[in-house]
Formats: sequence, C-alpha cells, structure tokens
Amino acid sequence: MIKQELKKLVVYGFFLAIILIPMLGFKSSTFEPGRAFKTLGVFLAILVLNIVVKAIRSSKRAVSVQKTPWTERMGKQINRVPRIYSIGGLLALALAFPLFADNYMIDVGITCLIYVCLGLGLNIVVGLCGLLDLGYIAFYAVGAYTYSLLNLTFGLSFWSALPIGIVLGMIVGCIIGYPTLKMRGDYLAIVTLGFGEIVRLVLNNWDSLTAGPNGLFGMKRPSLYYPGFTEDGFEWMVYYLKSLPSLYYFILGIAILTIIGVRRLDNSRIGRAWIAIREDEVAAELSGVPTTWIKLLAYALGAAFASVAGAFFAAKLSYTNPNFFLFMESCIVLCIVVLGGVGSIPGIVVAAFVLIAAPEIFRGLENYRMLAFGAIMTTMMVLKPEGLIPASRRRRELHEDIETTSKD
Amino acid sequence: MDLSSFLLQQIINAIFLGSIYALIALGYTMVYGIIELINFAHGELFTAGAFIGVIVLTALQQMGWVETHFVLTMIIVFAMAMAYVAVLGVAVEHVAYKPLRTSSRLSALLSALGMSIFLSNGMMLSQGVSDRPYPQVFGIEGIEFMGARITNGQIFIILLAIALMVGLQLFVHRTRLGKAMRATAQNKTMARILGIDIDQTIRITFMIGPALGAAAGVMVGLHYGAVRFDMGFIFMIKAFAAAILGGIGSIPGAMLGGLIIGSIEVMWAAFLPSAWKDVTTFTVLILVLYFKPAGLLGESSAEVRV
Repeated sequence: MIKQELKKLVVYGFFLAIILIPMLGFKSSTFEPGRAFKTLGVFLAILVLNIVVKAIRSSKRAVSVQKTPWTERMGKQINRVPRIYSIGGLLALALAFPLFADNYMIDVGITCLIYVCLGLGLNIVVGLCGLLDLGYIAFYAVGAYTYSLLNLTFGLSFWSALPIGIVLGMIVGCIIGYPTLKMRGDYLAIVTLGFGEIVRLVLNNWDSLTAGPNGLFGMKRPSLYYPGFTEDGFEWMVYYLKSLPSLYYFILGIAILTIIGVRRLDNSRIGRAWIAIREDEVAAELSGVPTTWIKLLAYALGAAFASVAGAFFAAKLSYTNPNFFLFMESCIVLCIVVLGGVGSIPGIVVAAFVLIAAPEIFRGLENYRMLAFGAIMTTMMVLKPEGLIPASRRRRELHEDIETTSKD
Repeated sequence: MDLSSFLLQQIINAIFLGSIYALIALGYTMVYGIIELINFAHGELFTAGAFIGVIVLTALQQMGWVETHFVLTMIIVFAMAMAYVAVLGVAVEHVAYKPLRTSSRLSALLSALGMSIFLSNGMMLSQGVSDRPYPQVFGIEGIEFMGARITNGQIFIILLAIALMVGLQLFVHRTRLGKAMRATAQNKTMARILGIDIDQTIRITFMIGPALGAAAGVMVGLHYGAVRFDMGFIFMIKAFAAAILGGIGSIPGAMLGGLIIGSIEVMWAAFLPSAWKDVTTFTVLILVLYFKPAGLLGESSAEVRV
C-alpha cells in the first residue's frame, strides 16, 4: 500500500517537476536552477504531505475499519471535559491575553477576531445554506464605508452608525442575493465575485463620495458612555477606545456575540431550513421551506455580521481604502470556513486563529501565505471535506459508518 | 479623425478584443459542457500561457530568430505555450477535479478555487509582482483605410484566433474524439455504456480548453506588451461573461458572446468614462444571468437542470 503510494509520489513528482521548472526557473531569459529548485521544493513538500496523509489514511482503513480517526478520538477526549470548563477556560485565556501580550500580539489578536466574525458570517451563507459567495468582502466594505462616511459627514458615533451599517449591509446582501436566487452553485459563485468587484470598483471610482483610492481617514474610534458627576450635575461622559487592549476587548465582545448569534441561528428552525436547502433544495421546497426567503435571509444575515466587522475595522484603523477589500480577502475568509469545517463554529474560530496568526509567526514565509491558502483549500476538499473540526451534523453525513456519541 | 473613422477604429478594436475573449470563453464552455463545472483555474492557465510565451519569445529574440525566421518563431512560441498549458490543465484536472467527481458541487468549486489561488500565487512567486515586458515583435506599421488603422499584429492575432476557432469546430464535429466529447457532454452514463472512455475525454477537454486560453494569453501579451501574474482575474470574468452570454456549453455561442462583450467594453471606453468599463461588463453578466440564463445560443437544458 505504502509502496504503491510512494511509486505514485515519484510519478507525481516527476510530472510536477517537468511542468513547473520552466515557470519557476526563467525569470528573464536566463535560467536560474537555484530559484527553480527552491520553489519546486515548496510544491513538492505540499505534494509529499498530501500523499503521506493519503497513505496513512488508506493504510488505516486497510488495518481496521472500526478504528476511529485521531480527530474523532481527540474530540471525544475534549467532550469528556465538562463544557463549562472548556469554554470558561478559553474565555479566561482570551480575557487575560492583553495582560501578558505586547501591543503587536494584541494587534494580531484583533485581526484574528475580526476574521472570526467574518468567517462565522460567511459560514451562514456557505456552510449552512450551501451558497458559494465569492464577494463576501463587499459587505465588509459596506460596513466600513458606511461608518466612515456617516462619521465624517454627519459626525454620527459608532453606536448610532452601526445599526444603519447593518441595515445597509442587509439591503446590499438582498440586492446581491435576489437576482442570484434561481442560479445554481457555480453561476452564483461568479456572480457574487462580480458583485464584489463592482462594489470595490464603485468605491474606487466614485471620487466625490469615497475619495477614490486615497481612502477616507479621521474617523472617531468606538466610544463608551459612562455616567459622570460634574459640578453641573449628572452627565454622560464619552470614552474613546483608543488603546489596543480596549479595542481588543471590544472586538472580543463582538466576536462572542457573533458566536452566540450564529450558534442560536444554527440550532433554530431557520438554521435547519438552511441545512435542508444545502442538502436538497427541491426536497426542502416540497417540505414547505420557503426557499426564496430563507436564502435571502442567509445573505442578509451573513452581510449583517460582515458589516459589523467592517465598521469596527474602519473605526479601529481610523482609515479605510478600497484596496482593503480585494478578491483575495474573500478567498482568505472562504479558506477559514473551509479549513475549519463547513458549518462548524469551533472549527472556524480555530481556523481563523491558525490562518491569520500563523503568517505573523512565520514572518519569513509571508510570501507563501496565499500559496498555502490555495493549497489548503484544494487539499481539504480532496482529503477532508468536513474540515478540521467537523460540525457534528455534517460529520455524520459524510461518515455514516462512524458512530458518534456527541449530541447535536 | 472624424466620427465615422473613429467608429470604424473602435469596431476594429472590438473585433480584436472580442476574438481574444472568445478564445478564453471557449475553454470555459468546453469544460462546462463536459463536467458541468466552471474551471476556476482557467484565468490562471491563461496567464501561465502568457508567461511561457514571454519566456520562449525572449529566448528566441536573443537568438535573433525573430528577424530571420519570423513565422517559425511565432509557431514555436504559440506551440510551446499551448503545449505547456495543456499539460498544466490536465494536472489541474487530476489534482482538483478528478477526486471530487462524485462529491457535491460546492466541494468541487472550492477545490478549483483553491487551485486557482495556488496557481496565481505560484506565478507571483516565480515571476514577480511587477509587469513582465513582452518583446515587441510587431512594429507599428499596419494598413490604413478610411482613416482607421489596423496594425499587422492585430491582423495576425485576429486571423490566428479565427483559425483556432475553426480548427476547434472541425475537431469537435469531424473527429472521433470530438464525437466522444459531444456524447459525454450529452449523457455521461450513456456514453460510458457505449464504450467511451470518460476519463480520457475529460482529460482531452482539459487540454484543449486551456491550450486555447494559453494562445489568447500570448496574444494579449503580444498586443499589450506586458503580462502580470494577476491579469487572469479580469480576463476570466470577462470571458465568463462572454461564455454565459453566448450560452454556456455552446461553442459558437462563446464566439458570439466574446464579440459582444468585446464590443461593449470598447464602445464604453470610447464614449463613456473608461474607469467604469469593468463595472459594465459585470453588470451585463448579471443581467444576462438574471433574464436569460441559457444565453443567446444555449440549449434551454442548462436551465432545466437546475
């Protein structure tokens, strides 16, 4: 079995080398073997990993069919710890993080949490409802620009701009969602991609409103109000969240609310309707699910979460510009959802931290980040479509033979 | 330049751009016709073709072949780019599509998208983030008539594109392999029962489609004088719009769609603010999908299969 895989690897490697060397080695017309082999090494490493995983899996399958995979066993071990302790522990860790981390780490933490929100929002559309949205970052842009414009032109505070941003995000979500409702998966993907680009191009070209590629700056940070007692009596005092730890706690709060919200949605009637649509739209329709509305709702709610994250992002940086919302950003969010496990909330949280924090830790390999993301996406789909931490429901769908003890 | 010659010039440009879009759109349409999935990596395969073209052409130019054996040089450049990308296309199919042939659409789409991100960043790493200049082999001389001018390069590219499209049409309708492809597109199970090797047919589709895209990539490089690792993205969306407009799965439809999208873009850029020309293409794509998802020449079966 292993031998067979090894043979396959050699064949693959040879194939890969032949097709990639011209691309890698010639930058000008001179051939640079060093460069070629260095880059080829990365490709081969990915390939070897792929084959090794495959070999291990297949050999396991050959030895004992009953044996559960290690992720499964680990999941069971984790499940043994009472839920309240594990969640409490994680929460305590998250709360204590700014106490021992430096500013740079806190900044990375904030970025991770923003992506947690985005990933969970996209999870509604892709993971639960099964609609591939490649323009998700457009809603993030809508949130960011709504807050920026409202704050700069009308001086609205973060809190009063946020509901407007959410509503606007939902409206844009419905505008994008409505024409695409009849379409099948791949048309939908391209149309959402097109919409995402339209939003970016509009932001880029509408100079009089959005200041074009220069972007908007000077927005106020999110504020907190607290009662103060001055000589004149009672007054509401404003505290702007300027320091990184305070912003960190703020986004942590948003992320926790998002997690709770998405979890509640997942377990609700609507969540089950989404999953029904994902599995078989015709059957869902026949069972009385109002598919049109439920799909629109998925778009609108997904957009709302992204819009909140976007408003926070603009408020945190106090700057925004159309180039923050490139197609690649949508891909990163999608990669988080895919790696974590389509439909799985803990998976997405973990994946967001892994994918966003890892490039910060391995600074030297920064350039290979998107390359790795692409490879992860393909590899996950081929080898482990349910993701790192599969949603329990989906795990049962994909591996019906494995008995699961966890309850939904 | 008066209005009529200006208009004529724009029509020439539209035909030129349209034939390039048509070539790329053919790749989408063929793959879609066979496996009913969009090849997300098609834009990157197109870019890879352009890069191989610049590598080979630069080498040949340094050898002085461009001056002495011009036709041979062009044949070598196009043949190498197309052959390389054909192999790359099969590799993409093997890695990203074949293992997922029986799984859900979403998985296959995500895996193809991953492949596209991988390839585009692989090209960025290996070829750099800046524009790669293409050797200018065609001068500025051309033919002038009625105040409009068409350069030799444009004539060459349009003729080559037409030749490739005619060749494809003949291949699909006159050869055994073409017949197998049509049969597979119509009904995979039935085709398999009748002894057609489905895997091989899919592989061949993944060779021909990307090879046409690669030819388009070299043409774009030759005309615009530069290639960039991410240029496949915008061409991908436009060619896709062309494929949809003509009716996905239909080869003449892709050609027609390419011409229409090319005309819309050129005319918009000529008479209206050109910063918005990409927005127009996207809007056309969305409108077509909404009002006539089967496209102009598409079979209505595309709609029925929802």
